Amino acid sequence: MLELLYFGKLGDVTGKTSEQIELPPSVPDLNSLRQWIDERFEADGIFLEPTVRIAVDNEIKSNDFKISNAREIAFLPPVGGG
Amino acid sequence: MTIEVIVSKDPFDAGLLLSEFTKTADQAGGIVSFSGQVRPKANQEDVSALVLQSYEPMTTEGIRARAVDAQKRWPLDQILIRHRIGLISTGETIVFVATASAHRRAAFEAADFLMDYLKTEAVFWKKEVTESGEHWIEPRKEDYQDGERWNVD
Repeated sequence: MLELLYFGKLGDVTGKTSEQIELPPSVPDLNSLRQWIDERFEADGIFLEPTVRIAVDNEIKSNDFKISNAREIAFLPPVGGG
Repeated sequence: MTIEVIVSKDPFDAGLLLSEFTKTADQAGGIVSFSGQVRPKANQEDVSALVLQSYEPMTTEGIRARAVDAQKRWPLDQILIRHRIGLISTGETIVFVATASAHRRAAFEAADFLMDYLKTEAVFWKKEVTESGEHWIEPRKEDYQDGERWNVD
């Protein structure tokens, strides 16, 4: 089981801040995860934006990172402001 | 040299923190502190509260790394950074930074440097609660310009 975390405005898009999920075999890396999540929530491309970074088990990873044995994946929109 | 970083939902009293910090920084010649509170207005709208999210341990580790960087740039005796998360009402203190050094300029500059990090790069997401609803705050251009003053890699 994998835990997905949605921070900031992404939590409004998904309607939740986290969920437990089993990824299908068609989602081997972060690139395909972005696509898959975006379609799943009909998010209009927000998960594909390069300003949305992804952390795997608390470390920022690039889009070609292979998801194997990950316990937690967090979607991080731009920080700061206020 | 001690660095203390606390990110927590618990409210705190900035005056009390400064008084405790001053007691332990008895070798320093100068102490600078900054406290930031939730503004009652944003874009002419009344703000009743902010809601802050952090992502631990990334948030606290990032702040600590920047404090270590500050310590390399300036001769500091002590750094304290405290930041709230969760629901914070208007007028409440949201952030407190204190620096102690042998000389005032190092303490001033280090506090400014750390605040710029906390405003632009620290891993926080902020939502304003206003009369017209709740909305996430996007980073402002001026915040980035403040952060760029320090030539951080």
